Amino acid sequence: MPDATGLELIAQELRDRDAGTVVNTTYFREKAALEVAPAAINDVLEHLKGKGFSFLASVHGLDYYPEEPRLGVHYELLDMREVDRITVKLRVATDAPNVPSVTPAWPTANHQEREIYDMFGVVFDGHPDLRRILMPEDYEGFPQRRDFPIGGEPVLFTHNEPHMPGWWEQDDIEPR
Amino acid sequence: MEVTRSSAATAKQRLKGMTDADLERHVEERLWTTTLDKAANWARANGIMPATFGLACCAIEMMGMVAARVDVARFGFEALRASPRQADLLILSGRVAVKMAPVVRRVYDQMLEPKWAIAMGACASSQGVFNNYAVVPADKFMPVDMHIPGCPPRPEALVYGIIKLRAMIMARPDQGWRTRYGGRGTEEFVEDELDMAAARHAIGISGGGRMGTSA
Amino acid sequence: MTRELTYREIEASHTLAEIQDPEREELLTLNLGPHHPATHGVLRLITTLEGEVIRDVKPMIGYLHTGIEKTAEDKSYWKVIPVIERMDYLSYYFNAVAFCGSVETLLELEVPPRAQYLRVIHLELNRIASHMLWLATGALDLGAISVFWYGWRDRDSVLDLFEMSSGQRMHTRYIQVGGVAEDIPKGFERKCREFTAGFRERLDQYSTLIDQNQIVLQRLRGVAPLDEQTLLALGVTGPLLRATGNPWDLRKAHPYSSYDHFDFKIPVGTVGDNYDRYRVRMAELRESCNIIDQALDGLPEGPYITPNRKYALPPRHELATSMEALIHHFKLVTEGFRPPPGEAYYPIESPRGELGCFVRSDGSAKPARVHMRDPSFVNLQAFAPMVQDLYIADLIATLAMLDPILGGIDR
Repeated sequence: MPDATGLELIAQELRDRDAGTVVNTTYFREKAALEVAPAAINDVLEHLKGKGFSFLASVHGLDYYPEEPRLGVHYELLDMREVDRITVKLRVATDAPNVPSVTPAWPTANHQEREIYDMFGVVFDGHPDLRRILMPEDYEGFPQRRDFPIGGEPVLFTHNEPHMPGWWEQDDIEPR
Repeated sequence: MEVTRSSAATAKQRLKGMTDADLERHVEERLWTTTLDKAANWARANGIMPATFGLACCAIEMMGMVAARVDVARFGFEALRASPRQADLLILSGRVAVKMAPVVRRVYDQMLEPKWAIAMGACASSQGVFNNYAVVPADKFMPVDMHIPGCPPRPEALVYGIIKLRAMIMARPDQGWRTRYGGRGTEEFVEDELDMAAARHAIGISGGGRMGTSA
Repeated sequence: MTRELTYREIEASHTLAEIQDPEREELLTLNLGPHHPATHGVLRLITTLEGEVIRDVKPMIGYLHTGIEKTAEDKSYWKVIPVIERMDYLSYYFNAVAFCGSVETLLELEVPPRAQYLRVIHLELNRIASHMLWLATGALDLGAISVFWYGWRDRDSVLDLFEMSSGQRMHTRYIQVGGVAEDIPKGFERKCREFTAGFRERLDQYSTLIDQNQIVLQRLRGVAPLDEQTLLALGVTGPLLRATGNPWDLRKAHPYSSYDHFDFKIPVGTVGDNYDRYRVRMAELRESCNIIDQALDGLPEGPYITPNRKYALPPRHELATSMEALIHHFKLVTEGFRPPPGEAYYPIESPRGELGCFVRSDGSAKPARVHMRDPSFVNLQAFAPMVQDLYIADLIATLAMLDPILGGIDR
């Protein structure tokens, strides 16, 4: 892992290129994390690729509700030579959830960005085929957002079964 | 004697004014099953061809049932048919996702009668561990004859469930899921022409869904 | 010195250009799945064919999406373990170790050495079981049906061992945060050693049967090779990457849970075709046997779960005598422990590649986000380049060698 000083060096290099790139740096449980501005993500990943982090292991999204900006996208990078990992994070708000897609440069992000779009609603500009991947094509809503209800069936017990509206219920059946 | 004369008298009274169709139905309801029916049910029960609907973890245990240790071939069920047209029994093994439910229903519809369905495992029967937006219990969209609990049920448990189903098939002569469930048939409904009462009768399940089972 | 052309070379020498007629050229779209005897799970493949040759493949997934990650946000950390185990349903111990490792990182919790060795034993047994199922279903797809029964014979032996240690054959809930749920019973070590000894012999038998079999060679050798650079760009790890010659394995590169105490090799291939993928997995089975034997030899004494009662349940007998144990038990079962706020990503080497678990904690008893970086989900993206310009039969064989598990892909 790049230790705390290594992380600060990388952050400084990025800030030298463009002041607004790095929003925050975190070093938690011996893992370096870099929070960047969404528009600069492709440049940041290119720069890190130059430093040896050539493998994009994971792209995943999360919802920081109720903190704003709500939606986050994390990129886990891996340096196979030095066996180093670094996380790059970015955050966008729900009313402008646009993030440039990294798929053209990193093909592994294809399905993963589609999943983030499907589950959180983050729109990746420049993605070759951005449509829902896990939910049905015509589904409405973004299920893994924190304010989306978990759904499911009500659990039936003896006391509430006759009072639940059921598909099996016909008018002439006596509740037991 | 007294009893037979009075029962003969009631029978004669009943037969007065009956049409041929009524008479036939009357005879069918009253008579015990014929040997031919029994033989047909015995054949159906001992030669079930499961259609493997291997969805998730339960599919692994279903494959374990087919394997050599818990050999399901000794009951006659080793001819697992991939094509629904050739299969009798749909073993729904695994969680049914929202996207998959119409596919399952379509495969079930393509099966020829008489057909049965087993919901294997907790997820197929009742969403199992996953009480959320993405999983559908099988009872919601297709009639299920046997629910096998477990997560996943051991291969021996699945065999036990199938043997119970076999006993049910042999015991109840009036098989055919339409009579069992009071259904009219599988028809594709167009949304705006949907008549709720008629729909409920066609795909509805009367009696709480337990009519016709011996469980 | 000329030699006889192989069947494949004869076939390749017939080009479509001889029969191509631009006015009659048609591309057929064929839908395979989601219910199909050959797909490993409910995978839907929309193939564009020119004759029998595949010009394009679009995998459509989501037919097993279970909302596991969303369900995990609704349960306390201890209760997430059974839910998360059911994700990649063939490698359930791996799912649990990834999640528990992530939580242990957040908690800065030490796992005792005995627990680490027990985890390794069960992980490697699970790897054997997963690879045997891959072999069984892969050979079934190729038509070698007898290997299906052999594979299941070994799988049943492994599942017997799991039943011995935890009571359940699959989804055992054996891996807990801080260690394992209980210690192995008395006969476990003997039975495990019997298994590995017998398994090595049987592996030799399977190798003799399959490795040099003409049909297997014709169907797998030289089929669907994909070079290392493309695979790395697509994020592929695991046996698929090792088949191209890249020895990347997290057990050696970044050892976790005492893997650095064991001496084992990483099998790699040369060309990266289907045959190499097959051979790499067969060799991995042997290495797993070695690891299990070494772990059983060196199994240290000690607790099987962390002694920190704030995170692990106290043993049952203590509840009768100690008030603190009772309170800890009560707090853990009703509410659960609360990790400090933060995020952790814990990657391990599952039978299919890098399985990572990302957990974000907001300080409450339930995780705020659990994401499993599943290897099959990422490896599936390599499928379309692999089967470009191959026959449908090769597609089936390649899918078998890709070893996708839809539970992990769809979560």
